[in-house]
Amino acid sequence: MVEPTVGYDVQEIRKQFPILSRELKGKPLVYFDNAATSQKPQIVIDALTHYYSHYNANIHRGIHTLAEEATAAYEATRVTVQHFIHASSTKEIIFTRGTTEGINLVAYSWGRANIKEGDEIIISTLEHHSNIVPWQMLAKETGAIIKVVPINEQGEFNFPAFEQLLSKRTKLVSVVHASNALGVINPVEEIIALAHRFGAVVLVDGAQSSVHLDIDVQALDCDFYAFSAHKLYGPTGVGVLYGKQQLLEEMPPFMGGGEMIKEVSFESTTYNELPYKFEAGTPNIADTVAFKTALDFITNIGKATIRAHEDELLRYATAQIGQIPGVRIMGDVQNKVSVVSFVIDNIHPQDVGILLDNQGIAVRTGSHCTMPLMQCLNVVGTTRASFAAYNTLTEIDLLVNGLHKVIKLLR
Amino acid sequence: MTEHPSIQEISEALVEDFSLFDNWEEKYEYLIDLGKKLPPMAADLKTEDRKIKGCQSTVWLYSEYKDGIIYFQADSEAMIVKGLVSMLVRVLSGQKPEDIVATPLDFIEKIGLQSHLAQTRANGLNAMIRQMKLDAAVRI
Repeated sequence: MVEPTVGYDVQEIRKQFPILSRELKGKPLVYFDNAATSQKPQIVIDALTHYYSHYNANIHRGIHTLAEEATAAYEATRVTVQHFIHASSTKEIIFTRGTTEGINLVAYSWGRANIKEGDEIIISTLEHHSNIVPWQMLAKETGAIIKVVPINEQGEFNFPAFEQLLSKRTKLVSVVHASNALGVINPVEEIIALAHRFGAVVLVDGAQSSVHLDIDVQALDCDFYAFSAHKLYGPTGVGVLYGKQQLLEEMPPFMGGGEMIKEVSFESTTYNELPYKFEAGTPNIADTVAFKTALDFITNIGKATIRAHEDELLRYATAQIGQIPGVRIMGDVQNKVSVVSFVIDNIHPQDVGILLDNQGIAVRTGSHCTMPLMQCLNVVGTTRASFAAYNTLTEIDLLVNGLHKVIKLLR
Repeated sequence: MTEHPSIQEISEALVEDFSLFDNWEEKYEYLIDLGKKLPPMAADLKTEDRKIKGCQSTVWLYSEYKDGIIYFQADSEAMIVKGLVSMLVRVLSGQKPEDIVATPLDFIEKIGLQSHLAQTRANGLNAMIRQMKLDAAVRI
């Protein structure tokens, strides 16, 4: 084991996550499934119970004190999100259930208003099913065509091929910022700049990147950016769709109901202004309120500080796992987030997952909701270890020992 | 010719075999070994319609009915699942369809593997058992 990062007290951080003191099958839990969802610090859990114990009320409409407090807390999260991703206005921050809903919102609202027969939508081979299926549904309905940017064998975006695919028919480019299956980071800045030259709108799937990378939607100049709270140490069931104000203004509502209206008669309805136009019905108030605490948690430690720690874990894990005979790391590139995805010769990832679980180690195995990517890489699936602020080098040693044991059992 | 042992008898023997091991590693080692001992399934039997849904890894199941007895062939690309499949084949292949349908299969639980098999995988196991019972039910 190498020495931990100077000045980064991972044990102090671990103490804030009650779940990490759990034992599984008599062994301390090693949680390496952070790309699926991160664990929650006590302050986030407290924020949830505090909300329900002290000021639970429906927001925006009530004039009583509780409603005002709940509304203020809910809107405070919106401001925090705005700053977190450097949006120019809170009007551009729409709360959703998660990344998937954000992408679907764009597909239904913007897509059905703007996509016509023969129009082209470009995605990449690295996409999660949630950035494939909504566009297939839209294409089926409108007669649009989906084009897929290929990758090289390490999972890197083929930029020249992307340039070839772009044309005046390209109406939308929807790409993942960092691959959930491999960790590979796409060159979104260049993708966005080039797509804009062709007049295409660009959506960035930020499900993985939002927790690891500094996100400045204005600098990126993306048109949409979608992400989920639960991968940022926040609660499940909350997500954010960022959209450029002008685009959002032009888009029809996604769902009809309360909250999203200004005036309703049986003849006609006028819609509420942004962002409420896209937030029909009572939202997920408690989880949204607690999401602010999660974002503050990240900001207080510092994203760059966490990233430096995660990079160290990534480098160490890549080196240690890569040394195991028969192991092949997929997506072993410079520019990636803290995900190590690998296959072991003649061993099915499911067996790896089961046998690691018996040692208290939680990893993800399978296709990671990226079946086309797995087909492209010609594997049935991979084993994926993904790291967060609270993981340690010692835990990576446990994983490596665990893998040796797995191989011994299966060979 | 000796009588083919009953589902109950084979199950009990398996439970007894596993009871000799006191840690999970030995149990899994034995399970993986059982998988390796599973008679190979002919490649041309591994068709799309013989795949069992509900498994993270692919499982193929084929059954044949001859003289009132059902014979199963099965395979999986994953070793632990193959071990489970192997046990099911050992217990159910060569039995009468009525017995397959009527006898509850609780030996995996008794072996103590269930607690180590998370919900999704247990579902795959249940899907396998369900399919084997269905194959039997249509032959009654």
